Amino acid sequence: MSKRRVVVTGLGMVSPLGNSVAESWQQILEGRSGVAEINSFDTSAYATRIGASIKDFSVDEYMSAKEAKRFDPFIHYGIAAAEQALSDSGLAIQDSNAHRVGTAIGSGIGGIGLIEKSRMTIEKSGPRKLSPFTVPGAIINMVAGLMAIRHNLQGPSIAITTACTTGTHNIGMAARMIAYGDADAMLVGGAEMATTQVGLGGFAAARAMSTRNDDPQGASRPWDKERDGFVLGDGAGMLVLEELESARQRGATIYAELSGFGMSCDAFHMTSPPEDGRGALAAMQAALNDAQKDAAVLDYINAHGTSTVAGDVAESRAIERLMGPAADAVAVSSTKSMVGHLLGAAGAVEAIFSVLAIRDQVAPPTINLQTPDEGCTLNYVPNAAQQRRIEHAMSNSFGFGGTNGSLLFSRYQG
Amino acid sequence: MSSIEERVKKIVAEQLGVKEDDVQESASFVEDLGADSLDTVELVMALEEEFETEIPDEEAEKITTVKLAIDYIKENLQ
Repeated sequence: MSKRRVVVTGLGMVSPLGNSVAESWQQILEGRSGVAEINSFDTSAYATRIGASIKDFSVDEYMSAKEAKRFDPFIHYGIAAAEQALSDSGLAIQDSNAHRVGTAIGSGIGGIGLIEKSRMTIEKSGPRKLSPFTVPGAIINMVAGLMAIRHNLQGPSIAITTACTTGTHNIGMAARMIAYGDADAMLVGGAEMATTQVGLGGFAAARAMSTRNDDPQGASRPWDKERDGFVLGDGAGMLVLEELESARQRGATIYAELSGFGMSCDAFHMTSPPEDGRGALAAMQAALNDAQKDAAVLDYINAHGTSTVAGDVAESRAIERLMGPAADAVAVSSTKSMVGHLLGAAGAVEAIFSVLAIRDQVAPPTINLQTPDEGCTLNYVPNAAQQRRIEHAMSNSFGFGGTNGSLLFSRYQG
Repeated sequence: MSSIEERVKKIVAEQLGVKEDDVQESASFVEDLGADSLDTVELVMALEEEFETEIPDEEAEKITTVKLAIDYIKENLQ
């Protein structure tokens, strides 16, 4: 069976830098930070008091007030980005194709905020006061479910949950479904809103987050000597993936081809990567093998690059080992330096930035990179975007549990 | 102070996202006002809150129309 080709035909985003793809991308290219003090609850007792939250978002553009109050904010962000992506694609859902269009939309944690509130309701008023929407309003696959209901998408509906690799895995596995023939188009991505008391407190307890509270915009600084952990980000990224021939036939705008996808596991530690980044290396190599490409073709890598001490070096080493001498020529950047770490949505927003890097032939920057750490010797696109030829761009995601995923996007030439 | 009828109709309209004018006493939540099973549970909870009362589940299941809601509140608030 020959593999069907998969292309990207729609994009949608709600990010700490803007509530649309265009606005977020503009800010990214200008090297802006979306990190600030968290003011949605009292953070005075928390080790970390900063995050990359969503600003000026009005959910009523996307759903009624009645619906909105039932759902956790991760669902609000997810629906908004998914509606944008579907609309951007111009894909019309009719009786003839409804069963050939599906959803693969995950979240790293899901409706943690709503679960926290529900627990408070039990404490205060007893279990009988729980809303009947407590469970449907919080579960991870409900963005996929709601989008299917709204648009009559009767194809596969899944929500892969693999911590910070969630977005990447949903995109990659959905592409496989199209390649394999399960669907002709898939609405894919991830959504997250974990800047809650338990989310913030839990990651702080794991000593994973930056505590640079007096300098929010400088807190996410991948590969920099002074980095001290990641910054939690909220939002959602969604893409429409489509089988190449059907996209061409309907005259869709093709942003890029999704040419390769690879996965691996570190099989090492719950939250830390091995020093040599072997799991990351294996995922990147698997994505190149899937595309039948050599590592030297890579022009840009949107790194996982979370700004943690161990993770950044391990990924850098993995890229060096993957590419050998060609590593000198590749641009590697972390857009997490600007939007923070969106956990289950990270892979999705970063896939979008990779696709746009190809479209606009520009590598987005890594901001706050003043002094690269020892052993960090690649071109990390420090502090300013670089115009350059980008034929092939890779997007990496690595998650707690040692789970890794890499996507390869290639410029589509008709 | 609004009458019980008015207060019930207002809550039904808010909860089910319909116009107050469409909330006739004879209206069935499911058949006429588009509610599903989860909506009706939420509606009963909103009535409990408004009238500061507890409606047992076996009674709540019988409240399927606007009139039945009004009647229940009238009977049980006295």
